[in-house]
Amino acid sequence: MKLKSQIIDWTLFYILVAAVPVMMYFIFIWSPVERVLGPAQKIFYFHVGCAWVAFLAFFVVGVYSVFNLIKPKMNHFIYAGVSAEIGVLFTTVTLLTGMVWGRISWNVWWSWEPRLVTTLILWFIYVAYLFIRKMDGRWEKIARLSGVFGIIGCLNVPIVFMATRWWNSKLHPVVFGEGKNETGGGLEPEMLFTLIFSVVTITILYLFLMRKGAEIEKMRTRVKQAKNKLLQKWAN
Amino acid sequence: MMELIRDGFVIAGKDLRKEWKTKETISVMLIFSALVVLVFSFAFDPANQTVKTVIPGLVWLITIFSALLGLNRSFASELENGCLNGLRAAPIDPASIYIGKVIANFVLVLFVQMVSIPVLFILFDYRFAGSLLWFLATVFLGTYGLIIIGTFLAALAVNAQNSEMLLPVLLLPLLSPLMIGAVQASAAFAGGENMESAMSWIQLMAGYDLLFTAVCLLLFEYILEDS
Repeated sequence: MKLKSQIIDWTLFYILVAAVPVMMYFIFIWSPVERVLGPAQKIFYFHVGCAWVAFLAFFVVGVYSVFNLIKPKMNHFIYAGVSAEIGVLFTTVTLLTGMVWGRISWNVWWSWEPRLVTTLILWFIYVAYLFIRKMDGRWEKIARLSGVFGIIGCLNVPIVFMATRWWNSKLHPVVFGEGKNETGGGLEPEMLFTLIFSVVTITILYLFLMRKGAEIEKMRTRVKQAKNKLLQKWAN
Repeated sequence: MMELIRDGFVIAGKDLRKEWKTKETISVMLIFSALVVLVFSFAFDPANQTVKTVIPGLVWLITIFSALLGLNRSFASELENGCLNGLRAAPIDPASIYIGKVIANFVLVLFVQMVSIPVLFILFDYRFAGSLLWFLATVFLGTYGLIIIGTFLAALAVNAQNSEMLLPVLLLPLLSPLMIGAVQASAAFAGGENMESAMSWIQLMAGYDLLFTAVCLLLFEYILEDS
């Protein structure tokens, strides 16, 4: 069991070691430079990958929250927390890269556009979730409370998106689908391939961070248990 | 179902009677909302004509700020003498505790709004041009959603030591879609422009209210469970 999980860890690690330089090569050298935005458009590959992982991480938090309410388990509790922490990280990266990109393509650091507002509110929900987890008390109780908040937060994200969409477009119909991604509608095949490659790589990075984070968290609980046991022994 | 609501009314009656006797929360909420209006007059020049368009939005700032005070108290006051444990031990459905608290908070906030919204409109000399009935409907729906989520999160936050600080951080991001709708709809109905588009905001708010009423009722027992 332990060996198996170590093998998975090492495979993920070596895939990342290989994939990240390849991703860099694809992004900076292989894929064509965008006509209007120039090299600045390269940030797009990181931006989309991080945004995808940010939403995925939040979805994972929601799923583990439901599991936790059905049957409280230490593992579910740990996975939900680690996923939220990674989610905060990736949402922050998404917001920052988005701001840099927005400065170049729209000439403003921030515009109150639906996707931006949704991501910002998502960030706030994540942080609130982590605040709940920082409460003191037994872990079962915190697992239950944070699980409830995780479910409500997850339900909120699509509503936020719809609301901000209506708000900004003043209720004009918005066409679903690709939308404009500042590359002029369609993507070059090389660009699309690079994009998919970077999204997959960043998702693998998420999986790796998730496993490592969970491992650290488990060690932390084990140390805490050992400490308590020792203290009890000394007290007697 | 009827029993659930009847128990809820009993709990709401208890809270409101206590409030009627002490008047400690409602007085603070009223004074606080008046102070917020005062601060607005420093921030936005009341003589400026463009400020008129933001007045309906300010209604919601006052509501949220004063509601936060009341919501913080609604469960924190039950901690004294272990009253919350008493409620837990009572032979009633946990959902009826929630319903009771929602009703009590809703009545308190509506009362504060009945005073503070006219005060805001009079002090800023706002001329109401739209449909009063729909404006009131917007206020009702928005406040209901605020209280539904707020009461739920107040019960959640009361488990923490710093519950007063935690509640706004939890509440405001979750409220954002409702508040976007409420601000847009109340501005439209008060100003008498874009009334048709405001109807879709009303629908969004109603949907939000229904969804979270159901979810909060279902999940409330997990929050109240003792451990």
